[in-house]
Amino acid sequence: MKVTLKIKRFNPEKDAAAWWGEYPIEAEPTDRLLDALNHVKWYIDGSLTYRRSCAHGICGSDAMLINGANALACKVLLKNLGSRITIEPMRGFKVIKDLLVDMEAFFEKYRKVKPYFVAHSPEPEKERLQSIEDRERFEDTTKCILCGACTTSCPSFWANEDYVGPAAIVNAHRFIFDSRDESREERPSILGTADGVWRCRTIFNCVEACPRGINITRAIGEVKKALLYRKF
Amino acid sequence: MIHKHDEVIVGAGGAGLMAALNLSTHGRVGVISKLYPTRSHTGTAQGGIGAALGNHEEDHWEWHVFDTVKGSDYLADQDAVEILCREAIETVYELEHWGLPFSRTEEGRIAQRPFGGHTKEFGKGPVRRSCYAADRTGHMILQTLYQQGIKNQVHFFNEYHLLDVLITDGRCAGVVALCLATGEIHTFHAKAVLDATGGCGRMFRVTSNAHSLTGDGMAVALRAGVPLEDMEFFQFHPTGIYKMGILLSEAARGEGAILRNRAGERFMERYAPTLLDLAPRAMYREMREGRGIDGKNYLHLDLTHLGAEVLDKKLPDITEFVRTHLGIEPKKEMIPIQPTAHYAMGGIPTDTDGCVISDEKNTPVAGYYAAGECACVSVHGANRLGTNSLVDILVFGRRGARHAAKFVKENDWAPLPAKPDERAREQVSRVMAASGKERAASIRDALQDEMMEKASVFREAKSLVAMRETLGELRERYRQVKIDDRGTKYNTELLEVIELGNLLDLAEVLVESALVRQESRGAHSREDFPKRDDINWLKHTLAYRTPKGVEFRYKPVTITKFQPMERKY
Repeated sequence: MKVTLKIKRFNPEKDAAAWWGEYPIEAEPTDRLLDALNHVKWYIDGSLTYRRSCAHGICGSDAMLINGANALACKVLLKNLGSRITIEPMRGFKVIKDLLVDMEAFFEKYRKVKPYFVAHSPEPEKERLQSIEDRERFEDTTKCILCGACTTSCPSFWANEDYVGPAAIVNAHRFIFDSRDESREERPSILGTADGVWRCRTIFNCVEACPRGINITRAIGEVKKALLYRKF
Repeated sequence: MIHKHDEVIVGAGGAGLMAALNLSTHGRVGVISKLYPTRSHTGTAQGGIGAALGNHEEDHWEWHVFDTVKGSDYLADQDAVEILCREAIETVYELEHWGLPFSRTEEGRIAQRPFGGHTKEFGKGPVRRSCYAADRTGHMILQTLYQQGIKNQVHFFNEYHLLDVLITDGRCAGVVALCLATGEIHTFHAKAVLDATGGCGRMFRVTSNAHSLTGDGMAVALRAGVPLEDMEFFQFHPTGIYKMGILLSEAARGEGAILRNRAGERFMERYAPTLLDLAPRAMYREMREGRGIDGKNYLHLDLTHLGAEVLDKKLPDITEFVRTHLGIEPKKEMIPIQPTAHYAMGGIPTDTDGCVISDEKNTPVAGYYAAGECACVSVHGANRLGTNSLVDILVFGRRGARHAAKFVKENDWAPLPAKPDERAREQVSRVMAASGKERAASIRDALQDEMMEKASVFREAKSLVAMRETLGELRERYRQVKIDDRGTKYNTELLEVIELGNLLDLAEVLVESALVRQESRGAHSREDFPKRDDINWLKHTLAYRTPKGVEFRYKPVTITKFQPMERKY
C-alpha cells in the first residue's frame, strides 16, 4: 500500500521553527509505524530523529503523537492509520529534534514520588511472603514502561506543568498498594499537595493513551481515596 | 571533556544496574548508557529467572548445574556454572527484598514454573525452577534495579554511546563516549571499568534483539586488542513471530504450548520431546522438507488448548504481542513462528570475578571488567539454558562489581594516554566527513540477510567462506558510506553508522570462528561436521583481531563434576 507520512520536523541547528515534511512511501499494511519511520530515516532522509529500541512495545522509547493520539510507533500498524499519517512529538515536553523530546522533566517527577521499595523491618532469610490476592492488588501498575504517553495526553498537565502527572502517580500506586512496602508517610505528603493527585480531573485521556493498557484513572482514584481515608 | 570516577559502568541493563548497586556504596560510580536505563533490553526478558528455591517441589542448585552444563553441550566452565547456580538463589531473594513483584504460590512464596531443559535429579524429569512475574520477569527486574538505583542516587549519564576503551600495557584507564545530546566526545577516567553493553543480535535479519543491540562493548574491546571468546555460538530461539522475530517465550511451552507443522503434527516429538533448544534445527529441517505452513519458512505455535485463564494470567504479554502485531487471537488461532536470533553465548572473556582476561593463561587486563551478554565467563558454553541469562547478568554483575570495589581501594588511577580520545575522534570525524554513495541501511540489510542465509542455524565451510567474501565487500562499501545529517545534536544517523561498523567487525569474528571450528556443538551446527568432537574441540575459542585478519588461540574447558556425555533429550 501507499502511505504518506506527514512528520513535524525541527532541527535546532537549522530551523527557526518547526515545519512539516511529507514522505510518500510504499509499505505493507501489517508494517508498524516504526517500520515506516525507519524506512524514511534509512532510505530517504537520514537526519530524521526519534528514539526507538526494542520495537515491540516494551522499552517505551517511541511514544509520539500519531494522528492526534499518543501511541508507541512500534505498536500501531499502518493498516489502522489510513493513507495519510500525521506524526508529531508528544505534547507538553520540550522538543529537542524532530520527534525526540526532552524527557528529563518527566523522570524528575517520577523520581519525586519515591518510586522504589522501602522496608525497614529486617530482611527474612528467604522471601517476604505475599498472598496471591495482595500481589494482584497492584498488578496493573507494575506494567508501566515510563514512555510518557499518559502524562503528555493529559489536559491537566498541559495546563499546569508542575502537576506530577499520571505516570508518576501510577508508579507511586505500585508501591502504595504493595503489602510489603513500609513507607507510609512520604508518598502521601508528596501526592496530597496541590500539584499531586488532586489535579487529576478524571478525563481518561491517559487510559486511552497507555500502550500497556493500565487503567490509570482508576489507579489515580485509588490513590485519592487512600489519601482521603488515610489508608496507607 | 574529562570526567573522573572510581568506577565507570557502561550499560544500564540488568548487569550494569546490578553492578552499580553493588558499587554505589563504595565510591564514585558513573553509569554510561546509550539508552535511558529503563529502555534496556533486559526489560524484554519474559519467562523467568532460574534458581533452585524449591518452592513447589524438591530442587537443588547442583541439579541446576547439571542442566546448565548439559545444555551448554559441555563447553561451559563448570566452576563458573557452580557459582552461577549457587548464587542464583540468594540473588532471587535479594531481588525480592528490593521489592520485585514476583508472582506468588498459594503459600505466598515466589512462584516457579517448569522451563525447557530444567530437570530434577540430573535429568530425570521436569522441575519448576523458573521464578517468574507473569511473562514480564525481565521488565520487573529492570524496573526494580532502576528504582533501587534512584534510591541509592546512582549517577547516570543517559544517552552516551561507548566509542573506545583505553588499555595500555594490560591496564585499563577508562573509556571514551559520545554524548548524543551534544555530539561532544567525553573521556571517563576511571580506576575500574565494567562493560555491560549487551549482545549483538542485530547482525541477523530475524532477531528478538532490540535495534540498539549492536555489540558496542564487544567491538570496542576487540579493537583495543582484547580477544573475543566463543563467538561462533549464537543461539536461535525457536519461537519468534514470523518475519518480525519478536520473541514468544519458552514460558509458553513451559505452560504447555505445542509446535506444529503444516500437517498439524507435533513434530518435535520426532526430534527431542523435552528440550526446545534443539528445536531451531528441527524446525529448519521441517521447513526444508516442505512441512512449513503453506510450504513457507514458518511453523505454528499452538496455544489454543491452554485456556483463557493460563493465557490471561500467565502469558498476558506474549498473547498481546500476537494480537497487536499479527491481529491473531491466540485463544482461537495458531501463531506463525520461525527461529529468531536471540543470544550471543560468546563475548569478552572474563574469569569468575568478571575480570577481563587477555589470553588462554587467564592473564587479567587490570581494572577492566565485563558482565552479562557482552561477556563470556563461560557459563553458557555452546548453548545457553533458558532463564540463565537473567541469572548471569545479576550474579556476575554483582561479582564483577565486588571485585572492582576491592580493586579501586587498592589501586590508583592509571595515567590517561596523551590523547585519550584520539581514536574516537578520528572515528567520528571519518563518518561525519563521509561523502560516499552507500546508505548504511542498505549495507546493514545486506549484512543481516547474508548472515541469516550463510551463518545462522546451519553452517558449512562453503557458506562460511562465501560469507567471508561478502563481509569483505560489505566492509568496502562501508568505506563508501554517506551521511545526510551533519549536525551535532542527537545525530542518530552517525550513531547508526558507528553501530554498523561494530556489527561488521563482530560478524567477521563470528564467521571466522565458525569456519575454524570443525564440529557441531550446541548452537554451532556444521552440516559438513555434524558430530561433536571432544578430542579436538572441547576448548574455548579466543579470537584476536590483527592486521593479518582474525587469529586464534584456544583455552581449555574447566570440568569439575560432569564428564562430557552425548546430549539426548
